Amino acid sequence: MHGFANPARFLRLARSLTMPLLVAGALLSLAALAWGLAGAPAERLQGDSVRILFIHVPAAWLGMGAWTAIAIASLVELVWRHPLAGIGARAIALPGAFFALLCLITGSLWGRPAWGTWWVWDGRLTSMLVLFFLYCAYLALADAANRDGESGSRLPAIFGLVGAVNIPIIHYSVLWWNSLHQPPSISMGKSEMAPEFLYGLLAATIGFSLIFGAVVLMRMRAILADAQAEARLRRRAMEAFDE
Amino acid sequence: MYEGLNHWGFVYASYALGVGGTAVLVLTSLMAMRRAEARRDAARERGRDQ
Repeated sequence: MHGFANPARFLRLARSLTMPLLVAGALLSLAALAWGLAGAPAERLQGDSVRILFIHVPAAWLGMGAWTAIAIASLVELVWRHPLAGIGARAIALPGAFFALLCLITGSLWGRPAWGTWWVWDGRLTSMLVLFFLYCAYLALADAANRDGESGSRLPAIFGLVGAVNIPIIHYSVLWWNSLHQPPSISMGKSEMAPEFLYGLLAATIGFSLIFGAVVLMRMRAILADAQAEARLRRRAMEAFDE
Repeated sequence: MYEGLNHWGFVYASYALGVGGTAVLVLTSLMAMRRAEARRDAARERGRDQ
């Protein structure tokens, strides 16, 4: 893990991975979405609205997975002071917020034809909305720490760790409380989903995950390049001051 | 299933948001990365010139 604490080594790896991840992710997710629109059959109970599954479920998994990654990176930053962990957590936050919001909107678009309502204040929907608000707060906190010149501030990392308490609440909400939302159809090693939906869903999830990885690498490269430019300008200003 | 509704409008809206939103996310991240790396390279060049 500490082998990648060297930004130069990390940048070499990131440069070689960014575009392949993006291209593979785009091709795989577009193929899965084409299957979702034109290949997959309508479902017996939910009709054609079930096709929203291929966008909604990957977005939900990525929204939750991204905060889990922020929590792990925050722990690594706090315990081991890994220099790239904080940068990684900051880079994950915006795509994570996007996928959480996409999950909420597509869930609402699915709820109207399937349940007859756009929104209900039940455990699953409300805890997912809380996750989106947590992302907004994390982004504001990380931005404020960066503007104050405290990019190594521990506050966003502590917030990232504390916010992770919401992830099991989202996951178990449909089991703990009554909900219009269906319980999980897929768990470790078993699935109640028909193959024509399952394989398309897995392809869409892998495709969007690869795009997510490429976006995180791009955002990490941008943060590192900004920091390097800033350090260079500061060094030149100090040299000019000494002369 | 809620009867009497055409589902396709909801499906198309979801796909348009998913594809369009992801494309915007990728493009803004790519542009931010290119801008930052150009700024870093310019600072490096200026350092060499002096």
